[in-house]
Amino acid sequence: MSEAIYLQLNQIFRDVLDNDDINLTADTTAADVQGWDSLAHINLMLAVERHFKVRFATTEIGSLSNVAELVSLLEAQI
Amino acid sequence: MGNGDDARQLSTHALDLTQLGQLARSMRRLTSLAPLTPFKLAILGSATVDFLIEPLVASGARYGLALEVFGSPFGQVMQQALDPHSDVMRFDANAVLLYLDYRFFKPPQEIGNPSSLQAAVDEAIEQTNSLRQSLRQSGATVIVTTMPPPPLPLFGHLDARVAGTGRAFAESYNTALIRSLSHTSDILLDAAALAATVGLATWHDAPQWLVAKIPFSMDCVPLFADHVSRIVASMMGKARKCLVLDLDNTLWGGVIGDDGLEGIEIGNGSATGEAHLELQRAALALRQRGIVLAVSSKNNDDVARKPFREHPDMLLREEHIAVFQANWQDKATNLVAIAKSLNIGVDALVFLDDNPAERALVRQALPQVAVCELPKDPALYPEVLMQAGYFEALAFSEEDRLRAGQYQSNGARAALEQAAADLSTYLHSLQMVIAFSPFDVIGQARIAQLINKSNQFNLTTRRYSETDIESIRNDPALFTLQARLTDRFGDNGMISVVICRPEGQHWSIDTWLMSCRVLKRHVELAVLDQIMAAASEKEVREVRGRYLPTEKNDLVRNHYEELGFTQICAHEDGTTEWRMNVAGYQAHDLPMVIKTSLRKAP
Repeated sequence: MSEAIYLQLNQIFRDVLDNDDINLTADTTAADVQGWDSLAHINLMLAVERHFKVRFATTEIGSLSNVAELVSLLEAQI
Repeated sequence: MGNGDDARQLSTHALDLTQLGQLARSMRRLTSLAPLTPFKLAILGSATVDFLIEPLVASGARYGLALEVFGSPFGQVMQQALDPHSDVMRFDANAVLLYLDYRFFKPPQEIGNPSSLQAAVDEAIEQTNSLRQSLRQSGATVIVTTMPPPPLPLFGHLDARVAGTGRAFAESYNTALIRSLSHTSDILLDAAALAATVGLATWHDAPQWLVAKIPFSMDCVPLFADHVSRIVASMMGKARKCLVLDLDNTLWGGVIGDDGLEGIEIGNGSATGEAHLELQRAALALRQRGIVLAVSSKNNDDVARKPFREHPDMLLREEHIAVFQANWQDKATNLVAIAKSLNIGVDALVFLDDNPAERALVRQALPQVAVCELPKDPALYPEVLMQAGYFEALAFSEEDRLRAGQYQSNGARAALEQAAADLSTYLHSLQMVIAFSPFDVIGQARIAQLINKSNQFNLTTRRYSETDIESIRNDPALFTLQARLTDRFGDNGMISVVICRPEGQHWSIDTWLMSCRVLKRHVELAVLDQIMAAASEKEVREVRGRYLPTEKNDLVRNHYEELGFTQICAHEDGTTEWRMNVAGYQAHDLPMVIKTSLRKAP
């Protein structure tokens, strides 16, 4: 299941950030991806919420430190 | 086509936030956005506004604008507006959008105290006015926004009556703001009305406010950006001026040419009839505020005008229609003729038609025309038309009030010039697949229905019962043909029926009818190819056709002539007879895929 989530997340990140070179791994952080600033973070979270039909809590959006944490948040909800 | 045209065409799709962002970034990579009109827009907000920039750039293209957008940094509204050397002042904007959230202002100090409410409103308005005044000095037009009420009730229903609640504060502020506009050149963006339309529960989003100080839900950003673009477009004279209406299944339910005056649904008595009446009411209201109305319909002129003249439930009358185009030419050509006779640009037209294929043709041939994407249900037509913002205006003048009358010309007809559209490209883009087969059991009921209902594209108007059809189907001497057509918009179902009877050395076309929905798509040529191929196979020398005139089939008076038949004779009652040699007949090169299932050998 988590492999499928990574695949979908990767596409969302590529679309939102307009960068087809993005290859997300568990350890990827905002610092590793060009353009992943605070505004892009909001856009990313919204796109992820819309795609997976979930809503993150306010504290969750602010406290993510890498992609693995995002994936486990998603796994808990879908 | 310039880059700007491409961007504009992309922007007319329904785009979500991600897609708006992608389009905006693609536009930024282009060196020129001609022929879009450049416009510099600054957004000054009490909250975060960065998230509006890309959606605005992409939405502006929809209205023919190349927007350059500056967003003020968070929390700097006062500094940016009041310092003459600030970024926003140096940006040299054509317009500044001032978005002040309810959280920006000091709320009334006491609940239930009218003078406390008044003091808070006075202070808030003064604050807003000083920002407006200062921004005006930069030379930019100021766009002010009303305040959507906060989402939370205090008492509940009583909030509206108690001075000092959030609802009462927003209401009083908005009233005072709107009143203050009359002596200025500032423009209003009614954000409170927009929030009310989508609903306050949808408009506000607490997590997004807390996480990023975004003043309203990001889900509403595409809509908000579209509304800002409408206002800017209106400032630049790009608002539409004329609404072009289709008739059958748009202004009324049914097909006037087939169903007749008694058969169409309009007015009280049926839900469908009332839905179409509501659209007429909306069109009439638009006319009263100065929008010109025109008609473009595939119909015979006298047939199309009949409901306007004779149907008691019609709201729209001929005198309301400035240009009335009922003919069998493609709609793109007619739209060009309408624009020309009104002396306005094609880009001032809005086109309303229930038929997706007509909409596709106009979008492709005339991308400057606004084409309203109508849902299936006519009950939703007025809403879709009126919410689309085609006719946004900054003022309503005496001139507007009088305009409708100036165009009053009792539905004049405009002269058509050569076809405006590249029809061949369009026809190929429809991806038509036509399937021919002889009459069969499955198709029998539908064949009988068409034979007994079709009036317009019907050469002989001979009626046969289902029992008759069954014996025709089982008669090996007769040639029968049914045609079904699909295109990229879906299945059009059975669209043509033909019966040929052998008479000596030739075949006589006893029945040939077609659905008017598929006119001008070369379907009649495909049908003729089938008839001639079958005749050739049976070693028939000649195929003969006959046109029997009725009140409703004038459309096909020249059918055989246009197909290349030679006239044999004409009778006094208007009946004409035609012939074509089978030998030497050349099949046509057609813009569709043809599938044939052959008749089994008897």
